[in-house]
Amino acid sequence: MLIQAVIALLQAPYANLPQYPVANTFDPLATPGQAEKGIALLTIAITTGIFVVTAGLIVYGIWRYRIRPGDDATQEPPQVYGSNQIEVAWTVIPILIVFVLIGVSVRVIAAVQNASPSQSSVKLQLIGHQWWWTVNYPQFGVVTANEIHVPVSPDGKMVTEVRLESVDVAHSFWIPQLAGKMDLIPNRINYTWIDPHQPGVYYGNCAEYCGTQHANMLLRVIAQPTADFNRWAYEQKQPAVDDPNAAEGKKAFLSLACVNCHLIKGTPSAGVFGPDLTHLMSRQTIGAGVLPLNHENLRAWVNDPQQIKPGCLMPSMKLTGPELDHVVAYLETLH
Amino acid sequence: MASIDYPLERPKVGTKDWGFAEHMYDWVATVDHKKLGIMYIVSALLFLVIAGIMALVIRTQLALPNGHVVAPDTYNRLFTMHGTTMVFLLGMPLVAGFSNYLVPLMIGARDMAFPRLNAFGFWIFLFGGFLLYFSYLGGSGLYGAGSAPDVGWFAYAPLTEKPFSLGHSTDYWALGIIVSGIGTIASAINVIATTFSLRCPGMTLSRMPMFVWVMLIDSWLILVAFPPLTAAQIMLLLDRYLGANFFYTQRGGSAVLWQHLFWIFGHPEVYILIFPAFAILSEVIPIFSRKPIFGRPAMVGAVVAIGFISLGVWAHHMFAVGMTSYANSFFAASTMLVGIPTGIKIFNWTATMYGGKVNLKTPMLFCCGFLLQFLIAGLTGIMLAIAPFDWQLHDSYFVVGHFHFTLAEGLVFGIFAGLYYWFPKITGRMYNEKLGKWHFWLFVIGVNLTFIPMHFAGILGMPRRIYTYQAGRGWEFWQFSATIGAYIQAIAVAIYVWNVVHSAIKGEPAGDDPWDGWTLEWATTSPPPEYNFEKLPVVRSSRPLWDLKHPHDPDWKYE
Amino acid sequence: MADALDLTADALTLEREWKTPDRGTVGIIFLIITESVLFLTFVAVYLVYIGASVTGPYPKDVLETPILATVCLLSSSLTIVAAEWALERNRIGMFRIWWLVTIVLGLYFLFDTGMEWKKLIYVDHLTISTNLFGTTFYSLVGLHASHVTVGMIFLLLVIGVNLLGFPIETQKRRVKFLSWYWHFVDAVWVIVFTVVYIISTR
Ligand code: HEA
Ligand code: HEA
Ligand code: HEC
Ligand code: CUA
Ligand SMILES: [Cu+2]
Repeated sequence: MLIQAVIALLQAPYANLPQYPVANTFDPLATPGQAEKGIALLTIAITTGIFVVTAGLIVYGIWRYRIRPGDDATQEPPQVYGSNQIEVAWTVIPILIVFVLIGVSVRVIAAVQNASPSQSSVKLQLIGHQWWWTVNYPQFGVVTANEIHVPVSPDGKMVTEVRLESVDVAHSFWIPQLAGKMDLIPNRINYTWIDPHQPGVYYGNCAEYCGTQHANMLLRVIAQPTADFNRWAYEQKQPAVDDPNAAEGKKAFLSLACVNCHLIKGTPSAGVFGPDLTHLMSRQTIGAGVLPLNHENLRAWVNDPQQIKPGCLMPSMKLTGPELDHVVAYLETLH
Repeated sequence: MASIDYPLERPKVGTKDWGFAEHMYDWVATVDHKKLGIMYIVSALLFLVIAGIMALVIRTQLALPNGHVVAPDTYNRLFTMHGTTMVFLLGMPLVAGFSNYLVPLMIGARDMAFPRLNAFGFWIFLFGGFLLYFSYLGGSGLYGAGSAPDVGWFAYAPLTEKPFSLGHSTDYWALGIIVSGIGTIASAINVIATTFSLRCPGMTLSRMPMFVWVMLIDSWLILVAFPPLTAAQIMLLLDRYLGANFFYTQRGGSAVLWQHLFWIFGHPEVYILIFPAFAILSEVIPIFSRKPIFGRPAMVGAVVAIGFISLGVWAHHMFAVGMTSYANSFFAASTMLVGIPTGIKIFNWTATMYGGKVNLKTPMLFCCGFLLQFLIAGLTGIMLAIAPFDWQLHDSYFVVGHFHFTLAEGLVFGIFAGLYYWFPKITGRMYNEKLGKWHFWLFVIGVNLTFIPMHFAGILGMPRRIYTYQAGRGWEFWQFSATIGAYIQAIAVAIYVWNVVHSAIKGEPAGDDPWDGWTLEWATTSPPPEYNFEKLPVVRSSRPLWDLKHPHDPDWKYE
Repeated sequence: MADALDLTADALTLEREWKTPDRGTVGIIFLIITESVLFLTFVAVYLVYIGASVTGPYPKDVLETPILATVCLLSSSLTIVAAEWALERNRIGMFRIWWLVTIVLGLYFLFDTGMEWKKLIYVDHLTISTNLFGTTFYSLVGLHASHVTVGMIFLLLVIGVNLLGFPIETQKRRVKFLSWYWHFVDAVWVIVFTVVYIISTR
C-alpha cells in the first residue's frame, strides 16, 4: 500500500511539490492556522501551569496525609470545616485567569473570522456531497473535484476565499495545516479563507460525520506558485481532450449510464451527480482520496467502486472485460 | 412528621421457602427504592459491558491502518450505539440508581415520595433501552435485516432525515431515547419531591448530605435539559413520518436548529452525567480522610453555579458551524466560566484531605484517580473552549480524548468509588480489597494508555468517526496504543465483575457500618430492611452519626 | 442503633414540630416546570421559523383569530376554581355543575381547534408538510391541544367516577392538582395564542 502510494506520487503531475501527509496542527503554514497555533500554545502553557500546581497539591496531600503503618487509627484528626479566605483565593485567581483567556480568545476570533474577504485574490466554491467534493472557481469558469488548487501566498497577500455549501448533509472543510475547520451545511452558506505560505500538497479530511463513507471523504489542497496555478486553471478550462486513439472507449463511455452522473466537457456526457471527469487525469487520487490515481486503481474503481469504497454512491457498473478496458483507456486520455 | 400517607405495611419478603418464581415476582413487582436502585445500577453496568465490548470492536478495527475487522456501516452503527448506550443507558440509570438507593436512606426516609412512579420510571427506562437495541433486529422494518442507528450519538440533521436514513433505525434511536427519557424525568421529579418532602425531623436543607444536594441539582438539570431533546426528537419523528420540514433542508428547514436544540440538552447533559461522581466524591473523600468536607457552603454553591451556567454554554459544540464572531466569543466566555465553580470543587476536595488521615482503600483510590484525571479532562475542556483552538480540535480525536477523560475517567472512576464504598451496605458483605486495588491500577493504566494518545492523534489532524485511515498520516502509533489500553481496561472491568459476583456471595460479612460513617445510611442494617429505619431518626447536624459517636464534640455545636 | 438517634427530649419536640412541603405539591410543580420547558422549545422554534416559509399559505392569509375558543378556555380556568371552591365546602351538587361547565368549555375549545384544522387542511390546503408555517403551526398548536385532551380525559374521569358513586370528597388534593394542571394548560394557551395568532400574522 505504502509502496504503491509512493510510486503513484512519483508519477503524479505535482510530484515535485512537497507533500504534507502528516497534518500537524502545530505545524501551520497559513495565517489562520498560525493564529490558532499561537493561542493554542498560550492556552497550553496556562493550563499546564494550572495542572502542575493543582496536581502537585493533590498528590502532595495524598502523600503527606496518608495513613502510615503504626498510626493510631482510632484517633480522629482535628475537624476543620473550611476557611473563607482560602475559598475566596481559589475563586478569584481562576476568575483572573479566565478573564485573560477570554480576552485573547475574543481577539483571535475577531482576527480570523472578520478578516476582510475583499482582499482575496481567488474565490472558490466548495460543495460537499456524500462523500466527495465539487470545487468550483466561478472567476475562471473551472469545475473540478476533490483537489483544490490555490496560488501560494508567501507574504500572506494571495488570500483564497472559500465559500462552503452542501447539497445533502453536513460536512466540514478541514486542512489542519492551513486553517481550522468550517462546516458545509445544506441550506446555508459559510465562508472561510486560506493563504498557504509555502507550495505543497496539504492533506485534509471531511471532519463532520456525514454517513457511511465519511472516513474516505478526503481532500487535498495543492498550493502552487501563481504562474503554475494560472496555467493549471487555463488547462482546466479547456474541454476534454479528444484523443482519436481512444475513440472506441469514448463511444463505450457515452453509451453507458456513466453520462447520467458524470460531466465531461465537450461531450454529451453531462451528469452532475458524480465528480466532473473532464480532466480526471490531472488529479492525484480517485474516489475523494481513497486511492492514488493510476492505471490499476482506475481500472479497479470503474470495475467495482463498491469494492474500494463500500457504500459510495457510484454503483458497480458491471462492465464486460473489453468494455472496461476501453472505458479505462478513454478515461486515461482525459488530461 | 413528614407526610407519608401510603401504607407502610408490606408483605414479609425474602422468606426461606421462596422459590425462583417468587423472587422474580418480588423484583419485578417491587416498589422498594433500594431494589429499584439496584436494578437501575445493575442494568447500567450490563449496558457498560455491552457498550464496552462495542468499544473493543471499535478499537480492534482502528488498531492498524486500513483495518478490515468490520464493514464501514457496521462501524458507524457501533460508535453510534456505543455513544448512545454509554450516555443514555449507562450514565442516566446511574443517576437514577444512585439517587434511588441512597437519597431516602441519607435523609432518613422510608421510601421515595412516589414509589409506584419510581417503579414505572425504571421499567419504562428499560423498555426504552430495549427499543433502542431492538433496532438490531427490526431496524429495516419487517422485510429487511436489522440495522441499528448509524447517525452518531447526536444525530445531526439532515443525515437523520428520510432521504439519507432509510428504514427505521433512526426512529428507534429517537423513540428509544424519548421513552427512556420519560423514565428519567419521572425519577428526577421523584428525587426532588423526596428531598423536599420526606426529610426526617431536623434534616434541614442546609444539613442535607452533600450527596443529596448534588443529586437534587442534578434532578433539576434533568427537568430543564431533557424537554428540549424530547421536543427535538418529536420534531424529527414528525419530519420522518408526517413530512414536516423542521430539519428538512431541501424544504427550508434548518440543520443548525437541530444542533442548537440538541446541545441545549447535550451540554447540561454532560454535567448531569458527571454530578453523581461529584456527589460520591463528596461523601467518600471526607470519610476516608476522617474530616468533614471542606467549605460545605462553597461546595453547594459551586454545584448550583454549575447547574445554572451550564445552561448557557451549549454552542461551544458548534464553533465550526459558522456562527458570528460575537456568538463565538460569548459561548467561549461562558464556557470558560464553568471552570471556576468546577475548580472550587476540586480545590475543596483536595483541602478535605489536608490535615486528615487519608486511608487509601479502593474507594478512596478511585477518588484520588478521579481528581487527577478529571483535572486533565477539565483543562482539555478549557482548550476546547478557546474557539480558535477549537476550530482545529473540533470533531477530531482530541475531542474524543477530552470526553473520555471526563466520562471514562471521571464519571466511571466516581461510579466505581461509589460502588466499592456502598458495596457493604448494599450486600452486607465486604468486597475483596486486593482485587479492588488490581482493578484500580489496571484501570488507571488502561484508560491513560487509551485516551492520552487520542489527544495527539487529534492534534495531528485525525477526525473522529472514521472507520479506517490510511498509513503514513502519523496516527498509527497513537491508535495502536489506544487499542492496547482498551484491552487492559477490559481486563480491569472483568476483575471488577468477578470481585462483585464473588464477594456478594462469598465475601466476609461487613457489619452495618464498616467505614465508621457519618450519614444516616450507616445507621441501619446492611442490607437495610425494606422500611429502612425502624424509627425515623432525628438529626441536628449534617453528620448525625458523628454526633452520635462523639457526644462530647458534636457537629451541631459548630453550626 | 437507629433508636439512639432520637431519644432526647428536645428531639421529640423537634419531631413534633417538623414540617416539610407536601410531596404531591412539589411533584406537580416540577412536572409543570419541565412541561413548560417542552412548550418553550416548541414556541422558540415557531418564532425562529416565522417568515421562513418559501411557499404559501402564510399565517396572515389563512389564520382566523379564535376569540370565542380562547374566551371559553380561559373562562374554564375560572369555572374549575369555582368547582374546587364548592368541593372545599362539600357542596357536591355545585361541584358537579361547575365541573361539567369546565368540561363543556374545554370540549368546545377542542371542537373549535378541530374545525380550524379542517378548514386549513381542506380549504386552504395547509398541511404539516406544506411549508414551515404548517410544520410549526400544527406541531405547536397540536402539542397544546394534546395537553388539553389529556386534561380533558382526567376531568371526565373525575366526574365519571363521581357520578358512579365514588366519594370525591376524599380526593380534594388530587382535584387541586388537576386544576393546577388545567391552569397551566390555559396559561400556555395565552402564549401560544400571542405567538401564533398575533405575532406571526403581522
Ligand atoms: C462528564 C462530562 C463532561 C464534562 C464534565 C465536561 C466539562 C467541560 N467540557 Fe466537555 N465534553 C463532553 C463531556 C464533558 N465535558 C462531551 C461528551 C463532549 C463531546 C460531545 C461530542 O461531540 O460527542 C464534550 C465536548 C466539549 C467541547 C466541544 C468540543 C468540540 O466538539 O469542538 C467543549 C468546548 O468548549 C468542551 C468544554 C468543556 C469545559 C470547558 C468543561 C469544564 O466543565 C471543565 C471545568 C474543569 C476545569 C477547568 C478543571 C478544574 C478547574 C481548576 C483547577 C480551576 C482553574 C481553572 C481555570 C482558571 C481554567 N467540552
Ligand atoms: C460514559 C461514556 C463513555 C464511556 C465510559 C466510554 C468508554 C470507552 N470508549 Fe467511548 N464514546 C462515548 C462515551 C463513552 N465511552 C461517546 C459519547 C462517544 C461518541 C460516539 C459518537 O461519536 O457518536 C464515544 C466514542 C468512542 C470512540 C470514537 C469512535 C469514533 O469516533 O470513531 C472510541 C474509539 O476508540 C471509544 C472508545 C472507548 C473505550 C475503549 C472505552 C472504554 O473505557 C470501555 C471500557 C469497558 C470495557 C472494555 C467493558 C468490557 C468488559 C468486559 C469485557 C468484562 C467481561 C465481561 C463479563 C465478565 C460478562 N469511544
Ligand atoms: C449513479 C451515478 C453514477 C454512475 C452511473 C457512474 N458514476 Fe462514477 N461516480 C459517481 C459518484 C457519486 C462518484 C464519487 C464517489 C465518491 O468518491 O464517493 C463517482 C466517481 C467516479 C470516478 C472517480 C472520480 C474522482 O475524481 O474521484 C470515476 C473515474 C468514475 N466515477 C467513473 C465512472 C464511469 C467510467 C462510469 C460508467 C461506467 C461511472 N462513473 C458511472 C457516480 C456515478
Ligand atoms: Cu463529509 Cu464527513
Ligand atoms: Cu459541552
